[in-house]
Amino acid sequence: MKSVLTQIGQYFLMLNKTFSFPEKKSVFLKQFNLELEKIGLNSLGIVTIISFFIGAVVSIQTAFNFESPIYPKYLIGYATRESLILEFCPTMLALILAGKVGSNIASEIGSMRVTEQIDALEIMGVNSASFLILPKIFATVLFFPILIILSITIGLIGGWVGCQTAGITSASFMYGIKYEFNAFYVTYCLIKITVFAFIISSVSSYFGYYTNGGALDVGRSSTKAVVYSSIIVLIFNFLLTDLLLA
Amino acid sequence: MIEIKNIHKSFGDNHVLNNISFKFEKGKTNLIIGESGSGKTTLLRILIGLHKIDQGEVLYDGRDFNQLNSKEKRKLRQEIGVLFQRGALYDFMNVEENIMFPLTMFTNQSYEEKIERVNNCLERVNLQNNNNLKISELSGGMIKRVSIARAIAMKPKYLLCDEPNSGLDPRTAIIIDNLIKEISIEDDITTIVNTHDMNSVMEIGDSIAYINNGQISWTGNKDELLQSNNKQLNNFVFASKLFKRLKNT
Ligand SMILES: Nc1ncnc2c1ncn2[C@@H]1O[C@H](COP(=O)(O)OP(=O)(O)OP(=O)(O)O)[C@@H](O)[C@H]1O
Ligand SMILES: [Mg+2]
Repeated sequence: MKSVLTQIGQYFLMLNKTFSFPEKKSVFLKQFNLELEKIGLNSLGIVTIISFFIGAVVSIQTAFNFESPIYPKYLIGYATRESLILEFCPTMLALILAGKVGSNIASEIGSMRVTEQIDALEIMGVNSASFLILPKIFATVLFFPILIILSITIGLIGGWVGCQTAGITSASFMYGIKYEFNAFYVTYCLIKITVFAFIISSVSSYFGYYTNGGALDVGRSSTKAVVYSSIIVLIFNFLLTDLLLA
Repeated sequence: MIEIKNIHKSFGDNHVLNNISFKFEKGKTNLIIGESGSGKTTLLRILIGLHKIDQGEVLYDGRDFNQLNSKEKRKLRQEIGVLFQRGALYDFMNVEENIMFPLTMFTNQSYEEKIERVNNCLERVNLQNNNNLKISELSGGMIKRVSIARAIAMKPKYLLCDEPNSGLDPRTAIIIDNLIKEISIEDDITTIVNTHDMNSVMEIGDSIAYINNGQISWTGNKDELLQSNNKQLNNFVFASKLFKRLKNT
């Protein structure tokens, strides 16, 4: 069992190797496009489904809690919006993507490691870290914010549908959604998801890149990638919230 | 020519290679033979810098690999073709893209030039018109052949092969062996082949180094091998009943 410090050191060494200028721009762009498709487009479905249902459930629960007539009904739209933007969308999404994208990255790179494909790259004189990892980091950091905007939008639609079942009028829900809108919250959410994207792609790449052994170890790496990137995401969620909102 | 001088390598307490020196000559198939675990793969990985050595020198026509700076190292690596034990083909690319990859990475050739080279290499290994196959669609023998094609795409001066015919039937194995030998002679390449397959030794053993207990305990060619009195070597080479009988006739 490698000590935590060694692992952290190794992680930064890997990042150092990753962030070097791509040898061939055209090759980088081709890889980047592939990753956008694998990481970004293939996550659209799951993001849509999850966001819709979370939005719906949040608004129904809020409606349930605000049943007393002293609360104006538009509060439900307002509270739904706030909780989606501030917490549910960025954090929930990051955790789900840590599972989906993180395990995908770790197992892909890990299996390349154990089948000597990474060695083959290195001995050809290719910087394997930069070639394999950089496009993944760029793709996640670029695409996760797009996913989050989509997620918030779908979440609000879900919230509206939820409201219908709870007997709140569309008009008061809409009023609530626009009520005291603070644009900084969206910025905050985008900052969070960008950081999370970086954590998920780099940490998962780390576990994949330093896999050794066989197919079994690839599975292990991919589990570790999900567990560790989720934990680190949660820690940074706390730190960023403290830093940006407190 | 690749020359190694006084190579020492250990993994922890496990002294795998102990003062190994040898000259691998140009235009020949140089074989490294030895039992499983004797350090053949380790030696090959040392040659291409995938393992650090504790002591010694690796000279590529006089250039000491471990003294080169990273830019020179990268340049030298482009002169080396490597055939990994299990192929190590990039599974996210098809056959054509695999062979074209080093050309794309390291040359400024046009697509037409590259595709011509790819087709040449594929023809060389008898796999013409299989450009668009996926790696998962290849048989074991085809994987080896595509790997050879990829390894020679950059017209290397040095070709290193780790057990090129493990896992192949005897006929295919011999075809692969002869292919490697043919390419080495025609293109005047310094070729090193790791093997514990006696068929290949007899087929292509121009120059053989036998590793035992971390040292080179015998060197010679395939004809000398049959006459050798080295006891360990004989035990290793003539391990099977068939070979024992041949030795006695
Ligand atoms: N990365 C490593 N870390 C620790 N020990 C290693 C490593 N690689 C190889 N060894 C050890 O070095 C010795 C030689 O292994 P190597 O793979 O070079 O043998 P080999 O001759 O290629 O065997 P085979 O014919 O089975 O492929 C073995 O004892 C092995 O346990
Ligand atoms: Mg080996």
